[in-house]
Amino acid sequence: MAKIISMDEAVSLVKEGMSVMVGGFVACGTPPGLIDGLAEKNVKNLTIITNDAAKPGLGVGKLQDNGQIKKFIGSFIGQNLSIGEQWQAGTLEVELYPQGSFVEKIRCAGYGLGGILTPTGVGTKMAEGKQEITVNGKRYLLETPLSADIALIRAEKADRFGNLTYKHSARNFNTAMVTAAKTTIVEVDEIVDQIEPDQVVTPGVFVKYIVLAKGGK
Amino acid sequence: MAEMDKRELIARRVAQEFEDDTVVNLGIGLPTLCVQYIPENIHVMLHSENGFIAFGPTPQPGEEDWSIVNPAGEMVTFIEGTSCFDSILSYGIIRGGHLAATVLGAFEVAENGDLANWMVPGKRVSGTGGAMDLVVGAKRVIVAMEHTSKGGEPRILKRCTLPLTAVGVVKLIVTDMAVIEVTDKGLVLKEVASGVTPEQVQAATEATLTVDPNLKTISV
Repeated sequence: MAKIISMDEAVSLVKEGMSVMVGGFVACGTPPGLIDGLAEKNVKNLTIITNDAAKPGLGVGKLQDNGQIKKFIGSFIGQNLSIGEQWQAGTLEVELYPQGSFVEKIRCAGYGLGGILTPTGVGTKMAEGKQEITVNGKRYLLETPLSADIALIRAEKADRFGNLTYKHSARNFNTAMVTAAKTTIVEVDEIVDQIEPDQVVTPGVFVKYIVLAKGGK
Repeated sequence: MAEMDKRELIARRVAQEFEDDTVVNLGIGLPTLCVQYIPENIHVMLHSENGFIAFGPTPQPGEEDWSIVNPAGEMVTFIEGTSCFDSILSYGIIRGGHLAATVLGAFEVAENGDLANWMVPGKRVSGTGGAMDLVVGAKRVIVAMEHTSKGGEPRILKRCTLPLTAVGVVKLIVTDMAVIEVTDKGLVLKEVASGVTPEQVQAATEATLTVDPNLKTISV
């Protein structure tokens, strides 16, 4: 059964130097209270694994503003220019993958797979350093698992068993990341007694801690 | 031709390529303009790679929902038939060949259909996002772009000079000067813009064009 903890307790689980998955797509689906707490506590040297770097002052952009990111792993830097600048200056490590490969790497880690074969990136710079495998005459790249110490997830509702539902496009990478870290913290807008079995999107088996978002019920 | 006219011409012509009852993904920028020109008798549902199919325009003031946004982070609206899903499934739709078409911009296209649209060495690298998956997965890849660079240099080349997004994926190129099909035998000039000759298109194109015997004028 998932444990309901306070925001302070949740944030204190993230330690300096950890690898941290953060759900969200341009911050939609990023847990706002957990990110604010991390920024406030100024936990340093983090490897942030998230689709995109959002913007300065928004989502994981707040961690970048504070200089808390040592390494960024994702698919798109987007509108957060300082990440690109620091990458070119050699002061920040960056690893970029095609978006579909990025989510599959995370799924592999959570689903116990050794990797997946994707046609995406064959014949491009994205193939550099990756094994190419031909199946039935078609070329694929081997993309290997990507896991983390901790995953910060945003869901809409959780029940007392940790079962989750999500809201609209805020689902995105959360359902993959929730499976792929040693510890998972989910920030929710609402905690209910029980979610209808057929409505559950993520079963509670993946969820260790639940925190209630600011203004949640 | 004025700047706005060029983009509108391209968007209007691309919109004629959509088939009824299909799901397509449109890139940010010029490709997104196509939506407003889709013929009324053609029902197309738009795929948004961050996790839904079927969406409508910017919400009215007061109707905004933080959890309904497009991949650029801009608020949109759900419409009749909308379905939501996660990124795993979204990219299953893309790579699995379930999109009838994707429309994207390009820096360069080669005569064999190679596409370069994500990286200019020495300039800011921002990552590919979903582009590499979209172009290998969609059944038809349509490039919508201005025929030459701002400096007037050809962008339809024998070989791309920039890092590739994918090898041999482009099927149709729609520009402000022409509609060009990528075939096994090279590039075929299918249509020219009003007032433009095939010779002018060839002069603005590095790759060799074969003029279709049924060459038409772009009608939008």
